[in-house]
Amino acid sequence: MRALLKLTWLEIKIFVREPMGVFGTVGIPVLVFLIASRLLGPRVARAAIQPGGAVSAVLPVLASILMALSAISSLVTIISIYREGGILKRLRATPLSPTVILSAHVLVKLLFTLITLAIMVLLGRRYFPPGAPVPLFSYAVALTFTTWAILSIGFLIASIVPTARFAQPLAALILYPMVALSGLFFPLDVLPQSLKLLARAMPLAYAVSLLNGIWRGEGWSAHFGEVAALTFFFVVFTAISTRMFRWE
Amino acid sequence: MAPVIQVSSIRKTYGRTVAVDDVTFDVEEGEIFGLIGPNGAGKTTTMECVEGLRRPDRGTISVLSLDPIRDARTLQQKVGVQLQQAQLQKRIKVREAVDLWASLYPRSVDGDALLERLGLADKREAWFMTLSGGQKQRLFIALALIHDPDVVLLDELTTGLDPQARRAIWDLVREIRRRGKTVFLTTHLMEEAERLCDRVAIVERGRVIDSGTPTGLVRRHCPTQTVVLETADASAAEHFQLIPGVDSVTWRDNHCTIRGSGGDLVTHVIQCLAEHRIRVTDFRTELPNLEDVFLTLTGHSIRE
Repeated sequence: MRALLKLTWLEIKIFVREPMGVFGTVGIPVLVFLIASRLLGPRVARAAIQPGGAVSAVLPVLASILMALSAISSLVTIISIYREGGILKRLRATPLSPTVILSAHVLVKLLFTLITLAIMVLLGRRYFPPGAPVPLFSYAVALTFTTWAILSIGFLIASIVPTARFAQPLAALILYPMVALSGLFFPLDVLPQSLKLLARAMPLAYAVSLLNGIWRGEGWSAHFGEVAALTFFFVVFTAISTRMFRWE
Repeated sequence: MAPVIQVSSIRKTYGRTVAVDDVTFDVEEGEIFGLIGPNGAGKTTTMECVEGLRRPDRGTISVLSLDPIRDARTLQQKVGVQLQQAQLQKRIKVREAVDLWASLYPRSVDGDALLERLGLADKREAWFMTLSGGQKQRLFIALALIHDPDVVLLDELTTGLDPQARRAIWDLVREIRRRGKTVFLTTHLMEEAERLCDRVAIVERGRVIDSGTPTGLVRRHCPTQTVVLETADASAAEHFQLIPGVDSVTWRDNHCTIRGSGGDLVTHVIQCLAEHRIRVTDFRTELPNLEDVFLTLTGHSIRE
Protein backbone atom coordinates (compact mmCIF):
# COMPACT_ATOMS: atom_id res chain seq x y z
CA MET A 1 0.00 0.00 0.00
CA ARG A 2 2.83 2.36 0.94
CA ALA A 3 4.58 1.45 -2.31
CA LEU A 4 1.39 2.15 -4.28
CA LEU A 5 0.99 5.62 -2.76
CA LYS A 6 4.67 6.39 -3.21
CA LEU A 7 4.67 5.28 -6.85
CA THR A 8 1.38 7.10 -7.55
CA TRP A 9 2.73 10.33 -6.09
CA LEU A 10 5.89 9.95 -8.15
CA GLU A 11 3.91 9.29 -11.33
CA ILE A 12 1.77 12.38 -10.65
CA LYS A 13 4.90 14.52 -10.40
CA ILE A 14 6.33 12.97 -13.56
CA PHE A 15 3.02 13.47 -15.37
CA VAL A 16 2.78 17.20 -14.63
CA ARG A 17 6.36 17.71 -15.81
CA GLU A 18 5.14 17.10 -19.37
CA PRO A 19 2.96 20.07 -20.34
CA MET A 20 1.51 18.44 -23.46
CA GLY A 21 0.28 15.45 -21.51
CA VAL A 22 -1.49 17.64 -18.99
CA PHE A 23 -2.97 19.75 -21.77
CA GLY A 24 -4.32 16.66 -23.53
CA THR A 25 -5.84 15.21 -20.37
CA VAL A 26 -7.18 18.32 -18.66
CA GLY A 27 -7.00 21.10 -21.24
CA ILE A 28 -8.78 19.56 -24.21
CA PRO A 29 -11.93 18.37 -22.39
CA VAL A 30 -12.18 21.75 -20.62
CA LEU A 31 -11.71 23.59 -23.91
CA VAL A 32 -14.36 21.52 -25.71
CA PHE A 33 -16.70 22.08 -22.79
CA LEU A 34 -16.13 25.85 -22.86
CA ILE A 35 -16.59 26.18 -26.61
CA ALA A 36 -19.74 24.07 -26.57
CA SER A 37 -21.12 26.00 -23.60
CA ARG A 38 -20.41 29.31 -25.31
CA LEU A 39 -22.14 28.23 -28.51
CA LEU A 40 -25.10 26.67 -26.76
CA GLY A 41 -24.86 28.77 -23.64
CA PRO A 42 -28.01 30.91 -23.85
CA ARG A 43 -30.16 28.02 -24.99
CA VAL A 44 -28.75 25.72 -22.34
CA ALA A 45 -29.43 28.30 -19.69
CA ARG A 46 -33.03 28.72 -20.83
CA ALA A 47 -33.68 25.03 -21.27
CA ALA A 48 -31.51 23.94 -18.38
CA ILE A 49 -34.24 23.87 -15.83
CA GLN A 50 -36.56 21.28 -17.23
CA PRO A 51 -40.09 20.65 -16.08
CA GLY A 52 -38.98 18.20 -13.44
CA GLY A 53 -36.55 20.74 -12.01
CA ALA A 54 -33.64 18.75 -13.38
CA VAL A 55 -30.70 20.36 -15.18
CA SER A 56 -29.88 19.32 -18.73
CA ALA A 57 -27.24 16.64 -18.76
CA VAL A 58 -26.12 16.83 -22.39
CA LEU A 59 -23.06 19.05 -21.97
CA PRO A 60 -21.76 17.68 -18.68
CA VAL A 61 -22.09 14.08 -19.83
CA LEU A 62 -20.46 14.86 -23.17
CA ALA A 63 -17.55 16.50 -21.36
CA SER A 64 -17.32 13.62 -18.90
CA ILE A 65 -17.18 10.99 -21.62
CA LEU A 66 -14.48 13.03 -23.35
CA MET A 67 -12.53 13.07 -20.10
CA ALA A 68 -12.85 9.33 -19.68
CA LEU A 69 -11.80 8.71 -23.28
CA SER A 70 -8.76 10.95 -23.04
CA ALA A 71 -7.85 9.17 -19.81
CA ILE A 72 -8.01 5.82 -21.65
CA SER A 73 -5.98 7.02 -24.59
CA SER A 74 -3.40 8.62 -22.31
CA LEU A 75 -3.18 5.39 -20.29
CA VAL A 76 -2.63 3.34 -23.45
CA THR A 77 0.09 5.73 -24.62
CA ILE A 78 1.90 5.76 -21.29
CA ILE A 79 1.77 1.99 -20.90
CA SER A 80 3.11 1.42 -24.41
CA ILE A 81 5.88 3.98 -23.98
CA TYR A 82 6.82 2.39 -20.65
CA ARG A 83 6.82 -1.03 -22.26
CA GLU A 84 8.84 0.03 -25.29
CA GLY A 85 11.43 1.78 -23.16
CA GLY A 86 11.87 -1.23 -20.89
CA ILE A 87 10.56 0.81 -17.95
CA LEU A 88 7.86 -1.76 -17.15
CA LYS A 89 10.44 -4.52 -17.25
CA ARG A 90 12.81 -2.62 -14.98
CA LEU A 91 10.04 -1.91 -12.48
CA ARG A 92 8.94 -5.53 -12.56
CA ALA A 93 12.45 -6.65 -11.57
CA THR A 94 11.90 -4.93 -8.20
CA PRO A 95 9.71 -6.05 -5.29
CA LEU A 96 6.89 -3.92 -6.77
CA SER A 97 4.02 -6.19 -7.78
CA PRO A 98 2.68 -5.81 -11.33
CA THR A 99 -0.71 -4.79 -9.91
CA VAL A 100 0.87 -1.91 -8.02
CA ILE A 101 2.75 -0.68 -11.10
CA LEU A 102 -0.44 -0.56 -13.21
CA SER A 103 -2.74 0.62 -10.40
CA ALA A 104 -0.55 3.67 -9.86
CA HIS A 105 -1.37 4.78 -13.41
CA VAL A 106 -5.08 4.18 -12.91
CA LEU A 107 -5.00 6.33 -9.75
CA VAL A 108 -3.17 9.12 -11.60
CA LYS A 109 -5.82 9.08 -14.34
CA LEU A 110 -8.68 9.11 -11.83
CA LEU A 111 -7.14 12.02 -9.97
CA PHE A 112 -6.77 14.10 -13.11
CA THR A 113 -10.31 13.21 -14.20
CA LEU A 114 -11.58 14.63 -10.91
CA ILE A 115 -9.40 17.73 -11.26
CA THR A 116 -10.82 18.29 -14.75
CA LEU A 117 -14.36 17.87 -13.41
CA ALA A 118 -13.66 20.43 -10.69
CA ILE A 119 -12.35 22.95 -13.24
CA MET A 120 -15.43 22.42 -15.42
CA VAL A 121 -17.78 22.90 -12.49
CA LEU A 122 -16.07 26.17 -11.63
CA LEU A 123 -16.11 27.42 -15.23
CA GLY A 124 -19.59 26.06 -15.90
CA ARG A 125 -21.14 28.30 -13.26
CA ARG A 126 -21.30 31.03 -15.87
CA TYR A 127 -23.51 28.95 -18.10
CA PHE A 128 -25.75 27.26 -15.62
CA PRO A 129 -28.18 28.97 -13.36
CA PRO A 130 -26.97 29.28 -9.78
CA GLY A 131 -28.46 26.93 -7.29
CA ALA A 132 -29.35 24.37 -9.93
CA PRO A 133 -30.13 21.11 -8.17
CA VAL A 134 -27.16 19.09 -9.42
CA PRO A 135 -25.91 16.33 -7.11
CA LEU A 136 -22.25 17.15 -7.67
CA PHE A 137 -20.87 14.75 -5.10
CA SER A 138 -22.84 11.80 -6.45
CA TYR A 139 -21.86 12.81 -9.95
CA ALA A 140 -18.16 12.88 -9.03
CA VAL A 141 -18.52 9.40 -7.56
CA ALA A 142 -20.33 8.20 -10.68
CA LEU A 143 -17.67 9.68 -12.96
CA THR A 144 -14.82 8.15 -10.94
CA PHE A 145 -16.54 4.77 -10.99
CA THR A 146 -17.26 4.98 -14.73
CA THR A 147 -13.74 6.07 -15.61
CA TRP A 148 -12.25 3.32 -13.43
CA ALA A 149 -14.45 0.70 -15.11
CA ILE A 150 -13.74 1.76 -18.68
CA LEU A 151 -10.02 2.29 -18.08
CA SER A 152 -9.91 -1.50 -18.29
CA ILE A 153 -10.50 -1.03 -22.04
CA GLY A 154 -7.25 0.89 -21.93
CA PHE A 155 -5.39 -2.12 -20.57
CA LEU A 156 -7.02 -4.29 -23.21
CA ILE A 157 -5.86 -1.92 -25.98
CA ALA A 158 -2.43 -1.64 -24.34
CA SER A 159 -2.21 -5.44 -24.45
CA ILE A 160 -2.75 -5.62 -28.20
CA VAL A 161 -1.06 -2.42 -29.41
CA PRO A 162 2.26 -3.34 -31.03
CA THR A 163 4.27 -0.13 -30.45
CA ALA A 164 3.79 3.25 -28.81
CA ARG A 165 3.38 4.86 -32.24
CA PHE A 166 0.13 2.93 -32.80
CA ALA A 167 -1.24 3.60 -29.34
CA GLN A 168 -3.14 6.83 -30.07
CA PRO A 169 -4.58 5.84 -33.49
CA LEU A 170 -5.62 2.38 -32.31
CA ALA A 171 -7.23 3.81 -29.19
CA ALA A 172 -9.14 6.32 -31.34
CA LEU A 173 -10.19 3.60 -33.78
CA ILE A 174 -11.68 1.52 -30.99
CA LEU A 175 -13.09 4.30 -28.84
CA TYR A 176 -14.78 6.69 -31.29
CA PRO A 177 -17.22 4.20 -32.85
CA MET A 178 -18.19 3.37 -29.29
CA VAL A 179 -19.00 7.03 -28.69
CA ALA A 180 -21.31 7.09 -31.71
CA LEU A 181 -23.32 4.22 -30.25
CA SER A 182 -23.22 5.42 -26.68
CA GLY A 183 -26.53 7.26 -26.66
CA LEU A 184 -24.71 10.54 -26.25
CA PHE A 185 -25.93 12.10 -29.49
CA PHE A 186 -29.22 10.30 -30.07
CA PRO A 187 -31.27 7.94 -27.99
CA LEU A 188 -30.47 4.28 -28.55
CA ASP A 189 -34.19 3.53 -28.98
CA VAL A 190 -34.16 4.99 -32.52
CA LEU A 191 -31.55 2.43 -33.63
CA PRO A 192 -32.44 -0.76 -35.50
CA GLN A 193 -32.46 -3.88 -33.35
CA SER A 194 -29.01 -5.13 -34.44
CA LEU A 195 -27.23 -1.85 -33.66
CA LYS A 196 -29.09 -1.60 -30.39
CA LEU A 197 -27.69 -5.01 -29.41
CA LEU A 198 -24.21 -3.90 -30.44
CA ALA A 199 -24.53 -0.75 -28.35
CA ARG A 200 -25.57 -2.84 -25.37
CA ALA A 201 -22.49 -5.03 -25.80
CA MET A 202 -20.24 -2.02 -25.24
CA PRO A 203 -19.63 -0.27 -21.94
CA LEU A 204 -20.03 3.34 -23.07
CA ALA A 205 -23.84 3.14 -23.39
CA TYR A 206 -24.06 2.17 -19.71
CA ALA A 207 -21.59 4.89 -18.77
CA VAL A 208 -23.66 7.56 -20.54
CA SER A 209 -26.91 6.31 -19.07
CA LEU A 210 -25.48 6.23 -15.53
CA LEU A 211 -23.93 9.71 -15.75
CA ASN A 212 -27.13 11.09 -17.31
CA GLY A 213 -29.30 9.70 -14.57
CA ILE A 214 -27.09 10.80 -11.68
CA TRP A 215 -26.78 14.32 -13.10
CA ARG A 216 -30.57 14.54 -13.32
CA GLY A 217 -30.76 13.67 -9.67
CA GLU A 218 -31.99 10.11 -9.98
CA GLY A 219 -30.99 7.72 -7.22
CA TRP A 220 -28.27 5.06 -7.50
CA SER A 221 -30.84 2.34 -6.98
CA ALA A 222 -32.48 3.31 -10.28
CA HIS A 223 -29.19 2.65 -12.04
CA PHE A 224 -28.16 -0.59 -10.44
CA GLY A 225 -28.20 -2.24 -13.89
CA GLU A 226 -25.60 0.17 -15.31
CA VAL A 227 -23.34 -0.22 -12.26
CA ALA A 228 -23.56 -4.00 -12.58
CA ALA A 229 -22.89 -3.88 -16.33
CA LEU A 230 -19.85 -1.60 -15.93
CA THR A 231 -18.48 -3.81 -13.16
CA PHE A 232 -19.00 -6.81 -15.42
CA PHE A 233 -17.08 -5.15 -18.27
CA PHE A 234 -14.30 -4.23 -15.86
CA VAL A 235 -13.96 -7.81 -14.65
CA VAL A 236 -14.02 -9.27 -18.17
CA PHE A 237 -11.60 -6.75 -19.70
CA THR A 238 -9.21 -7.00 -16.76
CA ALA A 239 -9.29 -10.79 -16.91
CA ILE A 240 -8.54 -10.78 -20.65
CA SER A 241 -5.75 -8.22 -20.38
CA THR A 242 -4.19 -10.08 -17.44
CA ARG A 243 -3.79 -13.03 -19.78
CA MET A 244 -2.67 -11.05 -22.80
CA PHE A 245 -0.63 -8.28 -21.21
CA ARG A 246 2.97 -8.05 -22.39
CA TRP A 247 5.56 -6.47 -20.13
CA GLU A 248 8.17 -6.04 -22.85
CA MET B 1 30.86 -23.94 -0.07
CA ALA B 2 28.26 -24.15 -2.84
CA PRO B 3 28.63 -21.83 -5.82
CA VAL B 4 26.62 -18.59 -5.57
CA ILE B 5 24.97 -19.22 -8.93
CA GLN B 6 24.53 -22.67 -10.44
CA VAL B 7 23.12 -22.99 -13.93
CA SER B 8 22.82 -26.53 -15.23
CA SER B 9 21.75 -27.60 -18.70
CA ILE B 10 19.17 -24.88 -19.25
CA ARG B 11 17.33 -24.56 -22.52
CA LYS B 12 14.93 -21.84 -23.64
CA THR B 13 13.09 -21.55 -26.94
CA TYR B 14 10.78 -18.90 -28.35
CA GLY B 15 8.55 -20.61 -30.85
CA ARG B 16 10.98 -22.28 -33.24
CA THR B 17 13.91 -20.11 -32.25
CA VAL B 18 16.31 -21.75 -29.83
CA ALA B 19 17.64 -18.87 -27.72
CA VAL B 20 19.50 -21.04 -25.23
CA ASP B 21 20.30 -24.61 -26.24
CA ASP B 22 22.37 -26.04 -23.41
CA VAL B 23 24.09 -23.76 -20.93
CA THR B 24 25.89 -24.85 -17.77
CA PHE B 25 28.19 -22.86 -15.51
CA ASP B 26 28.86 -21.96 -11.86
CA VAL B 27 29.65 -18.58 -10.37
CA GLU B 28 31.76 -18.67 -7.21
CA GLU B 29 31.48 -16.30 -4.28
CA GLY B 30 33.39 -13.02 -4.58
CA GLU B 31 34.36 -13.33 -8.23
CA ILE B 32 33.47 -11.42 -11.36
CA PHE B 33 32.14 -14.00 -13.79
CA GLY B 34 31.41 -13.11 -17.40
CA LEU B 35 29.18 -14.77 -19.94
CA ILE B 36 30.73 -13.70 -23.23
CA GLY B 37 29.80 -14.16 -26.85
CA PRO B 38 28.35 -12.34 -29.84
CA ASN B 39 24.93 -10.67 -29.88
CA GLY B 40 22.19 -13.25 -30.16
CA ALA B 41 24.24 -16.02 -28.59
CA GLY B 42 21.77 -16.39 -25.71
CA LYS B 43 23.56 -14.37 -23.02
CA THR B 44 20.66 -12.10 -22.11
CA THR B 45 18.12 -14.92 -22.12
CA THR B 46 20.38 -16.86 -19.75
CA MET B 47 20.78 -13.79 -17.56
CA GLU B 48 17.01 -13.24 -17.49
CA CYS B 49 16.48 -16.84 -16.42
CA VAL B 50 18.94 -16.26 -13.55
CA GLU B 51 17.05 -13.06 -12.68
CA GLY B 52 13.80 -15.04 -12.52
CA LEU B 53 12.23 -12.97 -15.31
CA ARG B 54 12.02 -16.03 -17.55
CA ARG B 55 11.46 -19.69 -16.85
CA PRO B 56 13.80 -22.06 -18.71
CA ASP B 57 12.07 -24.86 -20.64
CA ARG B 58 14.55 -27.33 -19.20
CA GLY B 59 17.40 -27.48 -16.70
CA THR B 60 17.80 -25.95 -13.27
CA ILE B 61 19.11 -22.72 -11.82
CA SER B 62 19.93 -21.94 -8.23
CA VAL B 63 21.01 -18.57 -6.87
CA LEU B 64 22.28 -18.57 -3.27
CA SER B 65 20.77 -22.08 -3.12
CA LEU B 66 17.32 -20.65 -3.94
CA ASP B 67 15.08 -20.95 -7.01
CA PRO B 68 14.93 -17.69 -9.01
CA ILE B 69 11.21 -18.00 -9.72
CA ARG B 70 9.80 -19.80 -6.68
CA ASP B 71 11.90 -17.79 -4.21
CA ALA B 72 11.73 -14.52 -6.16
CA ARG B 73 10.64 -12.50 -3.10
CA THR B 74 13.57 -13.63 -0.95
CA LEU B 75 16.07 -13.31 -3.77
CA GLN B 76 15.02 -9.76 -4.62
CA GLN B 77 16.48 -8.69 -1.28
CA LYS B 78 19.80 -10.40 -1.96
CA VAL B 79 20.31 -9.83 -5.67
CA GLY B 80 20.75 -6.53 -7.52
CA VAL B 81 20.06 -6.38 -11.25
CA GLN B 82 20.83 -4.08 -14.15
CA LEU B 83 18.87 -4.97 -17.28
CA GLN B 84 20.06 -4.59 -20.83
CA GLN B 85 18.84 -1.39 -22.50
CA ALA B 86 16.49 -0.51 -19.67
CA GLN B 87 15.08 2.97 -19.33
CA LEU B 88 13.33 4.87 -16.60
CA GLN B 89 10.57 7.44 -16.85
CA LYS B 90 11.96 10.29 -18.96
CA ARG B 91 11.17 12.94 -16.37
CA ILE B 92 11.99 11.07 -13.18
CA LYS B 93 14.74 12.75 -11.17
CA VAL B 94 17.84 10.75 -10.20
CA ARG B 95 17.07 11.36 -6.53
CA GLU B 96 13.45 10.23 -6.95
CA ALA B 97 14.48 6.97 -8.60
CA VAL B 98 16.97 6.21 -5.83
CA ASP B 99 14.39 7.11 -3.14
CA LEU B 100 11.72 4.95 -4.74
CA TRP B 101 14.04 1.97 -5.06
CA ALA B 102 15.28 2.41 -1.48
CA SER B 103 11.68 2.42 -0.22
CA LEU B 104 10.96 -0.91 -1.89
CA TYR B 105 13.43 -2.87 0.23
CA PRO B 106 13.41 -3.45 3.98
CA ARG B 107 17.11 -2.63 4.14
CA SER B 108 18.92 -0.03 2.05
CA VAL B 109 22.18 1.88 1.98
CA ASP B 110 22.41 5.69 2.08
CA GLY B 111 21.30 6.86 -1.37
CA ASP B 112 23.25 10.12 -1.30
CA ALA B 113 26.48 8.38 -0.37
CA LEU B 114 25.88 5.86 -3.15
CA LEU B 115 25.33 8.60 -5.74
CA GLU B 116 28.47 10.30 -4.46
CA ARG B 117 30.46 7.08 -4.91
CA LEU B 118 29.14 6.67 -8.45
CA GLY B 119 29.91 10.27 -9.37
CA LEU B 120 26.27 11.32 -9.71
CA ALA B 121 26.04 13.64 -6.70
CA ASP B 122 25.62 16.76 -8.84
CA LYS B 123 22.95 15.04 -10.96
CA ARG B 124 20.55 14.37 -8.09
CA GLU B 125 17.94 16.80 -9.38
CA ALA B 126 18.44 15.98 -13.08
CA TRP B 127 15.74 14.27 -15.13
CA PHE B 128 16.62 10.81 -16.39
CA MET B 129 16.24 11.95 -20.04
CA THR B 130 18.98 14.55 -19.60
CA LEU B 131 21.63 12.08 -18.44
CA SER B 132 24.40 10.85 -20.74
CA GLY B 133 24.68 7.15 -21.56
CA GLY B 134 27.41 6.67 -18.94
CA GLN B 135 25.42 8.53 -16.28
CA LYS B 136 22.32 6.42 -17.00
CA GLN B 137 24.35 3.24 -16.59
CA ARG B 138 25.84 4.53 -13.35
CA LEU B 139 22.33 5.29 -12.10
CA PHE B 140 21.28 1.73 -12.97
CA ILE B 141 24.29 0.47 -11.02
CA ALA B 142 23.14 2.63 -8.09
CA LEU B 143 19.65 1.09 -8.32
CA ALA B 144 21.20 -2.39 -8.43
CA LEU B 145 23.22 -1.65 -5.28
CA ILE B 146 20.69 0.37 -3.25
CA HIS B 147 19.64 -2.59 -1.08
CA ASP B 148 23.20 -3.80 -0.49
CA PRO B 149 22.78 -7.13 -2.32
CA ASP B 150 25.22 -10.06 -2.09
CA VAL B 151 25.02 -10.80 -5.80
CA VAL B 152 24.96 -8.25 -8.63
CA LEU B 153 23.79 -9.15 -12.16
CA LEU B 154 24.90 -6.80 -14.92
CA ASP B 155 23.67 -7.29 -18.49
CA GLU B 156 25.70 -5.61 -21.26
CA LEU B 157 26.70 -2.88 -18.88
CA THR B 158 28.87 -0.76 -21.17
CA THR B 159 27.24 -1.29 -24.56
CA GLY B 160 27.02 2.00 -26.41
CA LEU B 161 29.37 3.86 -24.09
CA ASP B 162 32.51 5.68 -25.17
CA PRO B 163 35.86 4.19 -24.05
CA GLN B 164 36.32 6.68 -21.23
CA ALA B 165 32.89 6.05 -19.70
CA ARG B 166 33.51 2.34 -20.15
CA ARG B 167 36.74 2.45 -18.13
CA ALA B 168 35.01 4.41 -15.36
CA ILE B 169 32.31 1.72 -15.18
CA TRP B 170 34.95 -1.04 -15.03
CA ASP B 171 36.48 0.64 -11.99
CA LEU B 172 33.04 0.68 -10.37
CA VAL B 173 32.50 -3.03 -11.01
CA ARG B 174 35.91 -3.84 -9.52
CA GLU B 175 34.92 -1.85 -6.47
CA ILE B 176 31.74 -3.92 -6.14
CA ARG B 177 33.94 -7.03 -6.02
CA ARG B 178 36.26 -5.41 -3.48
CA ARG B 179 33.24 -4.97 -1.22
CA GLY B 180 32.92 -8.74 -1.19
CA LYS B 181 30.02 -9.10 -3.60
CA THR B 182 29.70 -11.62 -6.38
CA VAL B 183 29.29 -10.16 -9.88
CA PHE B 184 27.78 -12.00 -12.83
CA LEU B 185 27.86 -10.06 -16.08
CA THR B 186 27.36 -10.53 -19.81
CA THR B 187 29.32 -8.75 -22.50
CA HIS B 188 30.13 -9.04 -26.17
CA LEU B 189 33.28 -6.98 -25.67
CA MET B 190 36.26 -9.28 -25.30
CA GLU B 191 38.41 -6.47 -23.97
CA GLU B 192 35.88 -5.89 -21.20
CA ALA B 193 35.87 -9.58 -20.29
CA GLU B 194 39.66 -9.69 -20.27
CA ARG B 195 40.09 -6.60 -18.11
CA LEU B 196 37.27 -7.29 -15.70
CA CYS B 197 36.44 -10.97 -15.32
CA ASP B 198 38.11 -13.50 -13.07
CA ARG B 199 36.48 -16.26 -15.08
CA VAL B 200 34.42 -16.37 -18.26
CA ALA B 201 32.21 -18.78 -20.16
CA ILE B 202 32.12 -18.38 -23.93
CA VAL B 203 28.65 -18.80 -25.43
CA GLU B 204 27.95 -19.42 -29.09
CA ARG B 205 24.53 -20.28 -30.51
CA GLY B 206 23.05 -21.03 -27.12
CA ARG B 207 25.85 -23.31 -25.95
CA VAL B 208 28.85 -22.83 -23.67
CA ILE B 209 31.81 -23.79 -25.82
CA ASP B 210 34.44 -23.35 -23.11
CA SER B 211 35.05 -21.65 -19.80
CA GLY B 212 37.94 -20.71 -17.53
CA THR B 213 40.12 -17.75 -16.65
CA PRO B 214 40.84 -15.41 -19.59
CA THR B 215 44.58 -16.21 -19.48
CA GLY B 216 43.90 -19.93 -19.11
CA LEU B 217 41.63 -19.94 -22.16
CA VAL B 218 44.20 -18.05 -24.21
CA ARG B 219 46.94 -20.43 -23.16
CA ARG B 220 44.79 -23.45 -23.96
CA HIS B 221 43.50 -22.42 -27.38
CA CYS B 222 45.97 -19.86 -28.68
CA PRO B 223 49.36 -20.83 -27.30
CA THR B 224 51.25 -19.19 -30.14
CA GLN B 225 52.96 -15.94 -29.24
CA THR B 226 54.71 -13.63 -31.64
CA VAL B 227 57.67 -11.30 -31.21
CA VAL B 228 58.48 -8.83 -33.97
CA LEU B 229 61.78 -6.98 -33.83
CA GLU B 230 63.88 -4.82 -36.09
CA THR B 231 67.62 -5.37 -36.32
CA ALA B 232 70.39 -4.95 -38.88
CA ASP B 233 72.20 -7.96 -37.49
CA ALA B 234 71.67 -10.68 -40.12
CA SER B 235 73.11 -13.42 -37.92
CA ALA B 236 70.39 -12.95 -35.29
CA ALA B 237 67.96 -15.31 -37.03
CA GLU B 238 70.20 -18.29 -36.41
CA HIS B 239 70.28 -17.58 -32.70
CA PHE B 240 66.51 -17.20 -32.59
CA GLN B 241 66.05 -20.59 -34.24
CA LEU B 242 67.70 -22.23 -31.25
CA ILE B 243 65.36 -20.72 -28.63
CA PRO B 244 63.25 -23.48 -27.02
CA GLY B 245 59.60 -23.44 -28.15
CA VAL B 246 60.21 -21.41 -31.33
CA ASP B 247 58.18 -22.67 -34.28
CA SER B 248 59.25 -20.29 -36.99
CA VAL B 249 61.50 -17.33 -37.66
CA THR B 250 60.86 -15.19 -40.71
CA TRP B 251 63.01 -12.35 -41.96
CA ARG B 252 62.09 -9.48 -44.20
CA ASP B 253 63.68 -6.02 -44.61
CA ASN B 254 65.50 -6.16 -41.27
CA HIS B 255 62.25 -7.18 -39.56
CA CYS B 256 62.33 -10.50 -37.82
CA THR B 257 59.13 -12.28 -36.81
CA ILE B 258 59.50 -15.03 -34.21
CA ARG B 259 56.56 -17.34 -33.50
CA GLY B 260 56.49 -19.89 -30.77
CA SER B 261 54.55 -21.35 -27.89
CA GLY B 262 55.09 -21.88 -24.18
CA GLY B 263 54.67 -19.06 -21.70
CA ASP B 264 58.33 -18.02 -21.73
CA LEU B 265 58.87 -17.12 -25.38
CA VAL B 266 59.21 -13.39 -24.74
CA THR B 267 61.67 -13.92 -21.87
CA HIS B 268 63.75 -16.29 -23.96
CA VAL B 269 63.94 -13.87 -26.85
CA ILE B 270 65.07 -11.04 -24.56
CA GLN B 271 67.69 -13.29 -22.94
CA CYS B 272 68.93 -14.32 -26.38
CA LEU B 273 69.26 -10.68 -27.45
CA ALA B 274 71.28 -9.89 -24.32
CA GLU B 275 73.46 -12.96 -24.58
CA HIS B 276 74.50 -12.29 -28.19
CA ARG B 277 74.56 -8.51 -27.81
CA ILE B 278 72.17 -8.12 -30.74
CA ARG B 279 71.26 -4.49 -31.32
CA VAL B 280 67.53 -3.96 -31.98
CA THR B 281 65.82 -0.75 -33.07
CA ASP B 282 62.25 -1.93 -32.48
CA PHE B 283 60.64 -4.64 -30.39
CA ARG B 284 57.01 -5.58 -29.91
CA THR B 285 54.96 -8.58 -28.93
CA GLU B 286 51.72 -9.83 -30.37
CA LEU B 287 49.96 -11.85 -27.73
CA PRO B 288 46.68 -13.61 -28.44
CA ASN B 289 43.59 -12.53 -26.53
CA LEU B 290 40.04 -13.75 -25.99
CA GLU B 291 39.08 -12.49 -29.41
CA ASP B 292 41.58 -14.91 -30.93
CA VAL B 293 40.27 -17.67 -28.69
CA PHE B 294 36.78 -17.03 -30.01
CA LEU B 295 38.03 -17.09 -33.58
CA THR B 296 39.88 -20.36 -32.97
CA LEU B 297 36.89 -22.00 -31.31
CA THR B 298 34.19 -20.88 -33.76
CA GLY B 299 36.03 -20.17 -36.97
CA HIS B 300 34.57 -16.69 -37.17
CA SER B 301 35.22 -13.35 -35.52
CA ILE B 302 32.98 -12.22 -32.67
CA ARG B 303 32.32 -8.96 -34.47
CA GLU B 304 30.68 -10.58 -37.50
